Amino acid sequence: MLGIIRQKMTAGLSPAMRIRPVASALRSYSSAAKEINVREALNSALDEEMSADPKVFLMGEEVGEYQGAYKISKGLLDKYGPERVLDTPITEAGFTGIGVGAAYYGLKPVVEFMTFNFAMQAIDHIINSAAKSNYMSAGQINVPIVFRGPNGAAAGVGAQHSHCYAAWYASCPGLKVLSPYSSEDARGLLKAAIRDPDPVVFLENELLYGESFPVSAEVLDSSFCLPIGKAKVMIEREGKDVTITAFSKMVGFSLKAAEILAKEGISAEVINLRSIRPLDRATINASVRKTNRLVTVEEGFPQHGVGAEICASVIEESFGYLDAAVERIAGADVPMPYAANLERMAVPQVEDIVRAAKRACYRSVPMAAVA
Amino acid sequence: MSSTFSSSINTITPRSFTNNNPSLTPFLGSARNLRFNPLTNSTLPIPRLRQSNIFAVSDVKQKHLNSSPSVGNLLITKEEALELYEDMVLGRTFEDMCAQMYYRGKMFGFVHLYNGQEAVSTGFIKLLTKKDTVVSTYRDHVHALSKGVPAREVMSELFGRTTGCVRGQGGSMHMFSKEHNLIGGFAFIGEGIPVATGAAFTSKYKREALKQTNCDAVTVAFFGDGTCNNGQFYECLNMAALWKLPIVFVVENNLWAIGMSHLRATSDPEIWKKGPAFGMPGVHVDGMDVLKVREVAKEAIERARRGDGPTLVECETYRFRGHSLADPDELRDPSEKAHYAARDPLTALKKYMIESKLASEAELKAIEKKIDELVEDSVEFADASPHPPRSQLLENVFADPKGFGIGPDGKYRCEDPKFTEGTAHV
Repeated sequence: MLGIIRQKMTAGLSPAMRIRPVASALRSYSSAAKEINVREALNSALDEEMSADPKVFLMGEEVGEYQGAYKISKGLLDKYGPERVLDTPITEAGFTGIGVGAAYYGLKPVVEFMTFNFAMQAIDHIINSAAKSNYMSAGQINVPIVFRGPNGAAAGVGAQHSHCYAAWYASCPGLKVLSPYSSEDARGLLKAAIRDPDPVVFLENELLYGESFPVSAEVLDSSFCLPIGKAKVMIEREGKDVTITAFSKMVGFSLKAAEILAKEGISAEVINLRSIRPLDRATINASVRKTNRLVTVEEGFPQHGVGAEICASVIEESFGYLDAAVERIAGADVPMPYAANLERMAVPQVEDIVRAAKRACYRSVPMAAVA
Repeated sequence: MSSTFSSSINTITPRSFTNNNPSLTPFLGSARNLRFNPLTNSTLPIPRLRQSNIFAVSDVKQKHLNSSPSVGNLLITKEEALELYEDMVLGRTFEDMCAQMYYRGKMFGFVHLYNGQEAVSTGFIKLLTKKDTVVSTYRDHVHALSKGVPAREVMSELFGRTTGCVRGQGGSMHMFSKEHNLIGGFAFIGEGIPVATGAAFTSKYKREALKQTNCDAVTVAFFGDGTCNNGQFYECLNMAALWKLPIVFVVENNLWAIGMSHLRATSDPEIWKKGPAFGMPGVHVDGMDVLKVREVAKEAIERARRGDGPTLVECETYRFRGHSLADPDELRDPSEKAHYAARDPLTALKKYMIESKLASEAELKAIEKKIDELVEDSVEFADASPHPPRSQLLENVFADPKGFGIGPDGKYRCEDPKFTEGTAHV
């Protein structure tokens, strides 16, 4: 099973970027019935929500006849027809605005961006006409829209296709920002996002689409929903020495780092943030108060990033509990390079997380590699 | 050409905007002639100049004085004329009062006044029903008033009071009213156009995907000449024509974008021409004459309601004041201002009504007095209204009442055992 998953993952990827699937055959999940990959999870969530509510419709580039640029919307055009699965021209600003206008009138658009980099051409509508409208209209007009698409670095796609926008959208009041990691997260959070009456920015990750995760029967139920605003302490990784917070692909890396740390006697607790805005400060702070050390991990640029906000929150609320400085692991502060080895250096790797956790636990020489 | 106008307005049948006679295409490469031409049959050549085919009010009147002794109501009935006049006077008086209030310090920030452009707002919006949508820009006070938002609420909003139409949270540039289907009020030019296209899309979606066959709401989007150089405008012209959405794009071409003259900013200043490039009719109309605007608006709105798709209407109009109350308005030529001041839509309609005996001087004066009192009352109401309380600051960020995944009882929704069944209510 691991071999098959690895084959799917490595098709087209350089060996350096191969991701080992998290689902280890050695672990046992009490209710694990089957495995689905994130792509199937998203597809099934969209399918179920579209069939449950006729007001939900999908629009974006290549979502219809092409079956989705990353095949997330496969089969939906055949099932729901061209009125509900709309192939748009390459007009991000235009079609995002159309989605917002439709949401003003009670429809529930799911706007797909081929990547969130292209959403920058539509960011005026995401922020100014979606996020702020409920406030500007004093509650008269709410915007039940979902903006989704891949976010952050992929493999070898260069500077303009690799930007992580979690911090950008999370800084804006009026938006809810979600970032799933596993298939369970993807399904539950997308369903919650579509049902939510407010604008939700749903940041997926291209490299996770093919990764499979075990899911319980409860997750596969059509009314399964995860709460927006609640982080998850990864069950397989509850610890007492250091807290590692992460979202999206970095959760996988953090879990692997935690395995390595466990062999060295450091018990790390991994928190899957799931929701970047609203940030689950209660869970993070409770965890830090237990472990007294914090490492924040993210793929995006460090300055004013998600880690910075978590750090500030912990210092404001749990300063007395910290036994060491907060370690921030983020992507390198450069536009994403193309060369494979440079790209590998620009994105956090498992070793970086391990090193940071050790630093937080005073187990290693500080700052081995300082630029 | 004059024969169609000798009958009263009720018998002019809606004429399709498309003229499929290919021999009249003004340029090669276009298979269809989409120039709006309501009065001619297909044998007449299409004028290339910026000439509206709607007659000037006084021209028609003259023709009829010559042709028949009994001058019926050629263009408009008395009730309609009084309604139009009252609406325009409301717009003008309200805006003048805004200027006064601004200079007295009751209003603050950015205030953009609509003086001089009332004919466009009145001409279009008075033909809409309550369920039709209007989307505007920051110059939206008069659009709100024409659509039916009470003057008291608009004035309170401008004063920043909690009784305003959006409780003081929007201000001059962000007027919203769900009840009257006015969805903004956008500060970014061009931002309202895609949102309006979305509202039109919803109307079509409700009809086709949700099978609500009685849904024929039309959307009218107002924006200026400066916006017509913005990318979003073209994106929406494309998609509206592609999907045949029930929308009318109304360009209020007042020739100036703050201090930038339209002619200095645009490669081809004739905006109506950009409609046919996308497959929809492009119409140019004199925006200082409310009856002409109304004539064009009628056709465009009917076209959208029928399901024939969008129309681009360019209204040549003028703003008598500066871009905003903070604009010193030094760049515009006084003779240009005088030229347009002479074509003031209010005096033109007043003159027409009196000359064609639709109303007497006294009736019009009574309307003006009534509106003066209404606006005064709205100022008093706004003045007496309370400022928003502190507790209002954090409200309305999300529709989810407590936001943040927290249920009405204060606990996390996910802890509700029913949550994952999807039955927990938001």
